[in-house]
Amino acid sequence: MSRSARSVARALQGLFSVYKPPGVHWKRVRDAVETNLLQELNSLKQPDARQLIRFLPVHADGESETETNLTVVKLPALADHPLVKGPEFVHLKVGTGHRLDVMSSGVFVLALGHGNKQLPELYNCHLTKDYTVKGFFGKATDDFSDMGRLVEKTTYDHITRDKLERIVAVIQGSHQKALLTYSGIDFKTQEAYELASRGLLRPMQNSPPIITGLRCVHFSPPNFTLEIQCLHETQKYLRRIVHEIGLELKSTAVCTHVRRTRDGFFTLQDSLIRTRWDLQSVQDALRGRGSKGKATLLESGLEPPAGETDRLQARGQRTTTGTLRTAQTGTS
Amino acid sequence: MATFCHRICHRWSLSRITGLVLISNYKSQVTVPVSAATCRLLSWSGARVTSLAHQSLCGLKNQRSCSSGADPAPQKGGLGVRETSLLLNANCGREKAVASSPAKETFFTDLDVIPLPSPFEEILDEEAVQIEGREVLPPASFTLRDYVDQSDTLSKLVLLGVDLSKLEQRPNVANMLLRLDFDKNVKECLLFLKDLGVEEHQFGAFLTKNPFILTESLGNLQKRVSYLQSKKFNKEAIARMVSKAPYLLNFSVERLDNRLDFYHKELGLNVQKTRELVTRLPSLLTGSLEPVRENLKVYRIEFGFQENELQHMVMKVPKMLVASKKKVTVVFDYLHNIMGIPHLLVTKFPQVFNAKLLRIKERHLFLEHLGRAQYDPVQPNYISLDKLVATPDEVFCVEIAKATLPDFEAFQKTL
Repeated sequence: MSRSARSVARALQGLFSVYKPPGVHWKRVRDAVETNLLQELNSLKQPDARQLIRFLPVHADGESETETNLTVVKLPALADHPLVKGPEFVHLKVGTGHRLDVMSSGVFVLALGHGNKQLPELYNCHLTKDYTVKGFFGKATDDFSDMGRLVEKTTYDHITRDKLERIVAVIQGSHQKALLTYSGIDFKTQEAYELASRGLLRPMQNSPPIITGLRCVHFSPPNFTLEIQCLHETQKYLRRIVHEIGLELKSTAVCTHVRRTRDGFFTLQDSLIRTRWDLQSVQDALRGRGSKGKATLLESGLEPPAGETDRLQARGQRTTTGTLRTAQTGTS
Repeated sequence: MATFCHRICHRWSLSRITGLVLISNYKSQVTVPVSAATCRLLSWSGARVTSLAHQSLCGLKNQRSCSSGADPAPQKGGLGVRETSLLLNANCGREKAVASSPAKETFFTDLDVIPLPSPFEEILDEEAVQIEGREVLPPASFTLRDYVDQSDTLSKLVLLGVDLSKLEQRPNVANMLLRLDFDKNVKECLLFLKDLGVEEHQFGAFLTKNPFILTESLGNLQKRVSYLQSKKFNKEAIARMVSKAPYLLNFSVERLDNRLDFYHKELGLNVQKTRELVTRLPSLLTGSLEPVRENLKVYRIEFGFQENELQHMVMKVPKMLVASKKKVTVVFDYLHNIMGIPHLLVTKFPQVFNAKLLRIKERHLFLEHLGRAQYDPVQPNYISLDKLVATPDEVFCVEIAKATLPDFEAFQKTL
């Protein structure tokens, strides 16, 4: 109760990430966060009511009826009563980062206050995202997920880990080629050499989905788990990858889970789960992000394009900060 | 509740509130009967206001004939007119245009009778004290905030705890509230409710839900209460029902009878049980019946519950009758087809229909991950369904899952 609602609301600025549960639309996640924040903000200390000056007649005891005196009284205006005025905050602008479709889960970036202006800059950074994708062999459905309409059933006894990894390597190789064409860098330059040697080559404008890293982390037939680093993807595209792996292995596969474990520099550790979508946790998350230096990002070479950085610095805002996992194994 | 409210005010009028404020302390303003002070007051407060008052008198008569939703407050002619600022409802704008021109003429002849005081005339201090300077009210506004400081009724309602900010968003309600007089309309209604057993601190929430009870006649209300009494509801039950379902007393006796009959027949409960059910969740009586009928079909046909199982569950958790069909289906699908819980267990713990699917899902998966998902009561390490869904997270982690809260939170990030 010590801080007023307005000052708390003014301090809600920046980017943070939440963990979107599977089966919930991203809009509901955004709305839930907004409603929780609004509810808590409105329960904080509200500004005092205006004081109205009123002249009230006072009848003194000893005097006759006709003689009246007026006294000056300060009364709080009823028009500013919380029941008349209604809640102070009815709307918070909560922006969203890269979307997740209904069935997928994972790190989902939200923006508050001037964080909304940083969102397009985050897009323009074209950072990679990490996914954990689970699937199993033996089935094919029309939407590549296990919830879809069954199209085909196949055997999968012939699939071994070796065969799976071979296909995975082939897919990664073909995407490596695409990455080089879309990165738009002259390969006969020192810059290209340095970027490529550090594994930081990536397209800086829109491109078709590109997988920069793909590996199989778990295989126990018929189930398998893949770890994917990619750019410009959709969750449907990742499911299609699983489907295509199944076809390449002369079988079929469907995808059961698509889980985003990293979005740019937002990792799983600092994303808030469903029960933590409250004011205190969001404040902590925003503060934690701010305290981390920008240095790590610059070091890893993942800063936004030069123009973007200058604009950010000119505005004196904290830009894209945080630690980046060494996730660029695919390109090195 | 919302559907009923819409039924009452099915006509979406302009969201504009046309000011019509009753000032009950008028007498304190004008104490000297037909003296110069009165005339001065009239002229001071502006010819516009008085002429509006006259216009509205005619207008209100017309309005009565075209019968708008709320009944207008009783009016008196001559100086007894109590409004300082009046405007007609937008609906009767045409009648007003017709009626206003003769009204103006009579008004001007009235002014001729009363000699206007000269602005240079000196007045005594006593008289000056009695001329009260009131802020000019806006003739039309989008919010009740402009009127609340001036209107006695509104300010008393606010002090009772009525949320005007919510009420003003509903069509016609704000105009209706402005026409009320606290001593005439509101007081006796509240006293009536108090006699019924509604607690004083509930008045605010009650009137916020159902402001229309203020326009209902006391005779009607009494009739409905005696109907409930004739159905052998005792005093506590009636008090509980009225305070939990504010719209109950706005329903006609026939309608209440139909609804009680519906639950009696549709669920096959006996009279005593029906009474108990309705007392536990009185909004069953005021809510729409169609969703209840649909839900019952879902429980019987889609889920395959027996009649006696259904009765048992409904008596335990009446809320499952008004829950969303979609939500209930999703929850039961998960419980029955994925967690493998038989109908018998669901019948024993109907609370699961109140729980969120996400909550059930993540707890079940966590228990499964720990190898503790054992919902069969005859085997060891049995976990009952109500403990699964109803305990808070901390208790669930420690007592049921035998793990820690950080573990559970880390697990939720792997789903």
